[in-house]
Amino acid sequence: MAQKAIREYDGKALFSKQWENYFSGFHYGFKSVLVSSGAELLEIANKHGFEWLKQEALVAKPDMLFGKRGKNDLVLFRDQKPGDVTLAQAAKWIDEKSAHNTTLLSGQSGILTHFIVEPFTPHTQEQEYYISATTVGEDDVLYMSAEGGMEVEEGWDEKVIEVVIPISMSDADMEHAVKANIPSDIPAANKQAFAAFAIQFFKFYRDMNFAYLEINPIVMLENNNMAILDLVARLDDTAGFMMRDTWGEIEYPTAFGMEDQSPEEKAIADADSKSGASLKLTILNPMGRIWTMVAGGGASVVYADTIADFAEANGGSISDLANYGEYSGGPTTSETKFYADTVIDLMTRHKDPHGRDKILIIGGAIANFTDVAKTFTGIIQSFEVNAEKMKAHNTKIYVRRGGPNYEKGLKDIKEAADRLGLYIEVYGPETHVTDIVRMALEK
Amino acid sequence: MTQLFTRDTQAIFWNNNTTAIQRMLDYDYTIKRKKPSVAAIVAPTSGSKFEKFFYGPDEIMVPMYKTTAAAKAAHPHADVLLNFASFRTAYDVTMEALNIGGFSSIMITAEGIPERLARGMNEFARNKNVTVIGPATVGAIAPGAFKIANIGGTIENIVQSKLHRAGSCGLVTRSGGLFNELSNIIAINADGIAEGVAIGGDRFVGSVFIDNLLRMEANPEVKYMILLGEVGGTEEYKVIDAIKAGKIKKPIIAWCIGTIAKHFSSGVQFGHAGASANAEAETAAAKNIAMAEAGMFVPESFNALPSKIKEVYEKLKAEGVVTEIPEPDMLTCPSVRKSKEFICTISDDRGDEATYAGFPISSLATPDTGKGIGDVVSLLWFKKQYPKWATDFIETVIKTVADHGPAVSGAHNAKVTARAGKSVVESLVTGLLTIGPRFGGAIDGAAEYFKYADDNKLTPAEFLNHMKKVGVPIPGIGHRIKSLKNPDLRVEGLKKYANAHFPSTSLLDYALTVEQLTTSKKENLILNVDGTIGILMVDMWRALGYTEEEINEFISSGTLNAFFIVGRSIGFIGHVLDEKRLQMPMYRHPMDDILYDVQEAEKI
Repeated sequence: MAQKAIREYDGKALFSKQWENYFSGFHYGFKSVLVSSGAELLEIANKHGFEWLKQEALVAKPDMLFGKRGKNDLVLFRDQKPGDVTLAQAAKWIDEKSAHNTTLLSGQSGILTHFIVEPFTPHTQEQEYYISATTVGEDDVLYMSAEGGMEVEEGWDEKVIEVVIPISMSDADMEHAVKANIPSDIPAANKQAFAAFAIQFFKFYRDMNFAYLEINPIVMLENNNMAILDLVARLDDTAGFMMRDTWGEIEYPTAFGMEDQSPEEKAIADADSKSGASLKLTILNPMGRIWTMVAGGGASVVYADTIADFAEANGGSISDLANYGEYSGGPTTSETKFYADTVIDLMTRHKDPHGRDKILIIGGAIANFTDVAKTFTGIIQSFEVNAEKMKAHNTKIYVRRGGPNYEKGLKDIKEAADRLGLYIEVYGPETHVTDIVRMALEK
Repeated sequence: MTQLFTRDTQAIFWNNNTTAIQRMLDYDYTIKRKKPSVAAIVAPTSGSKFEKFFYGPDEIMVPMYKTTAAAKAAHPHADVLLNFASFRTAYDVTMEALNIGGFSSIMITAEGIPERLARGMNEFARNKNVTVIGPATVGAIAPGAFKIANIGGTIENIVQSKLHRAGSCGLVTRSGGLFNELSNIIAINADGIAEGVAIGGDRFVGSVFIDNLLRMEANPEVKYMILLGEVGGTEEYKVIDAIKAGKIKKPIIAWCIGTIAKHFSSGVQFGHAGASANAEAETAAAKNIAMAEAGMFVPESFNALPSKIKEVYEKLKAEGVVTEIPEPDMLTCPSVRKSKEFICTISDDRGDEATYAGFPISSLATPDTGKGIGDVVSLLWFKKQYPKWATDFIETVIKTVADHGPAVSGAHNAKVTARAGKSVVESLVTGLLTIGPRFGGAIDGAAEYFKYADDNKLTPAEFLNHMKKVGVPIPGIGHRIKSLKNPDLRVEGLKKYANAHFPSTSLLDYALTVEQLTTSKKENLILNVDGTIGILMVDMWRALGYTEEEINEFISSGTLNAFFIVGRSIGFIGHVLDEKRLQMPMYRHPMDDILYDVQEAEKI
C-alpha cells in the first residue's frame, strides 16, 4: 500500500524542520514531545530545551493515528479550567489512560501507548482556520475554511472551499487559483496572510510527497505566529527512496485497534522483506476451515472472492476462510517450504468445531515465469514433514496451477500426496482457476 | 491509432533482460515475423555493442546502446519503449523517452514509482499522445503481431492460449497474473484475443480501462471486449459513461474482483496498491451492479465468468459477428539450442559459393566484373559497397604505401630474417611487427590529431600550441628532404586525385592551412605522405556519410594502420623474395658499427 499514515508528532516535526524553506513570513515554535508514559514525560522535562514542560500549561492526547480525540474525551487540556494542566497532572493522566484498554466511539479498541504533549495555546474561535490537501482522482485538491475545529466537519459543504490543482498546473496559476478562492468569511485583515500561508502549505504538501495533509485547526496568532493544534498526515511511501534524507527516520505505525500481527504473520513478513520474491500472509480466522496457499496477487483475490461465494452458498460462512495471502515472484524451494509449513501448522492447530474436514487450496493462475515444479518441490517437502498432522485433521487438498513446467509440478505433488496417504485432487489450466473451490465446497 | 501493435512493430528494450527478450524473439519466430520485435537494447552500464539471442534454431545479434537517445537515433522506426528500469529510475527513463519523441507507446514494468512522479509522467505522456502501459504491469500483446516481454508466459502456454494469432476479443485487465488466466479462459470458451492489455496495479497508471476499450471499439478485429476490474477506484464508471454516451457499442463482458473486501471492514489489503475502496461506489459489488445496469454482460461470480464468455461468444457467432478464424502455420523453436562461440558478419562459406558481404567471389574477382581490390576491401572491412571514387582511392593508398626501399626498419627486419633462412611468412611477420607508433603510425596519428583539431575548431596556431602542450611532434608533418619548393610527388598525386574526385575535402583543407604555418617556420615541415593519407581517409569517410563517432572508432581500432599493413606487405614480400633469389648468407652486423660501453656491474 502506497499511502501510510504517520504520527501527528512526526508530521509536526517535519513542518518544523522545513519551516524556514517553505513558510517565510510566518513563525512556528515547534514545542512537542512524544512519550509512552508519565515517567518518560517527567524525564524529558529535565532536559535542556524542554523547560517549557514545567513552565507552561500543557495539552496531552494520544498520538496513534485515530481522530475525534475530543469527542472520545481523550484530550487533556483542563483541570479546573482550560489551560491549567501541569506537568505532573499530564504525567499522571498519561499513566491512567495507558493502564487499561480503551474503546473508542468507533468501536476500535486497544491499549494507548503513544501520547503527544504540547503547550496550551490560548486563542479565540475566530483565530481558528481549516486547511488540508490530498489527491482526488488525477488532481490535487486544496481545502480551506474560515472555521476550524469540529465545526468544519459538521458543515463541510457550506464551509469549505475546494481548489482543484491539476498535476501540470504551473506555480503561477496555482497561486492565482488559491488567491481567488480564499473563503470569503475570513476577515479582510487576515485574507492576504492566509492566502500566503495556503500557497506555502500546498507547496510543502506537494514537495514532501504527502498523500494527505490536514491541519485542523490551524491557529493564526498575533504577528503571524502559527499554531498547529491538530494534524493528520499520510505519506506516499513509494517516494521513500528519494525522500529519505528529508523525511528522516519516520515510523509508520499500524492503525489503533488493529490486532498485532501473530508470530506467524510476522515471520512471513520478515521472510518477505529478505526475499526478492513476494510472501504475504494474513490470518482472518485461526479457527477457519478453509486454508489457502495461492500464487499471485490477482489470483489470491479471486480465490478469496470465490471461497466467500461458495461458503455462503453451501451452508457455511465467510468465517470458514481462515487466511489470505500469496506467494509469487519466483520464491526459492526453501521459501516455499517455509510458507507451506507455516500455513499447514496454523491449519492443524484447531479441530473444526463442527467436525468438518479441513480444506487446503493450493491455487494459482497460469504463471508468467515462475517454475511451477520448483515451487511445488517446497510444498511437497512440507507435506512430507506434516503428513500425519494433516491426516489427523482430515485435510483435503485441492491443487490448480499452470505455467512453466506445470505438468511436472502437478505430477510430482500428486505422487507425493498419494505416497503419503493424503487426499488430493490436482488440476491444470484446462480447469477454470477457481473451480477447485466449487469442487471442494460442494462436496 | 486503432491498434497498439502490428507485425512490423519494433521495440527498444530498456535494460538487458535476456530472458524476457528471448521470450519475445521465440514468439516472433513462432509467428513468422519478418523482423525481430526487439530492435535494440539500452544498457547504460554495459560495455558490449550487442547481445546474442536465439531466433528459432539460429542466433542473431541485437545491438546494444548506452542511452535511449543513441538507440532511438540508430533505430528511428522502433516506436515502442519497453521500460524495464527499476522503480528508482523508471520515471527518468520514461520522461527522457517522451522528450526524445518518436515513441507511440511506452510500457513500464516497475512497481512503486512515487505517485506524484507517476501522475506527472502520465499527464505528460497523454499530452504527447503517447500510450503508457503500466506502471506495474506485465504488458500487452497483439496476438500474431507483437508481444511484450513475459506476457503470456512460456511459448507452450502461448500456443495453448491461442495467443499466437488474433482472435476476436479485446481484453483489458488490471492484474498481470490474471491476464494469462483470462487469455486461457477465452481460448477455451471462445476464439482467443485480438489485443490484450494489463493496465498495471499501481494507483496511477498511464492508460486506463477506457483508453484501451475506446481503441478496441475502433479496431475492426475486435468484436467484443472483456474487462476485468478490481475493487477500488472509479475507472470502471468511465466505461459505463462511454456506453451511455454511445461511444462504446461493442458488447463488453465485465467483472470486478475483490468482492471479498465487503466482509472485512478494514485492515486487510486485498490485491494491488490501487485496490482499496474509499467509498461504497468503489467496492467490487457496487461496480459489478453498475456495469450490469449499463448493459455489460456481468456473470454471477468470478467462477461463472467462463460460462458467461461462452454464452456471449456463441451468441455473436450465431449472429455472424464473429466467424471462424483459420489457424495459421507456425514454426517451432527447437527445445535444445546451443549458443555459438564465434560470430562472423563479413563472409559466408555455407552456400554454393563463398561470399564477401553477400557477394559471391566470382562476381568480384575477374576483370569483367569491373571490381578491384578496393571493392574487396570495402566489402570485407566495412561491409559496404563503396563508390568507385572511394575504392579507387583505397587502391591508390595501397599502391602508394607498398614500399619505401630496403632501409626502413620493417624491410630491414624482413631481409635479415630471410637471410637467416626463415620462410616467407616468418620473414614477412618480423617486418610487419615493426609497424606501430613510430613506423607507419603517422597515418593514424595524423588522422587522430588533425581530426581532433578540426572537430574542436582550433586555429592552426592553437593546434600547434596544443601539440606543444601534449609534447608530441605533429604526426604527418615533416619530411627529410622534401619541401614546398621540392614537393613530394606522391602527396601531389593524392591531393590531385582527392580534389578531382572527392565530394569534399574538409580535413585536407584544414591541414593545408596548418602546413602554411609550419612551413613558414621551417621549409621541410610539409604535409607528408602519411599525413595526407590519414587525413584523406577521414575526408573519404565523412563524404561516405559516416558519423564522427564512427570515424573516431575506425581510427582507434587501427583501421588506418591496416591500409599501411596491407600495402607494405607487398613491399616486404618483395624484399623477402629478393633475398631468396640472391641467396644471401646469414647477416651479421659489423662490430665496428656498434658503440660498446660496458661497465662492470655494481654489487648491491
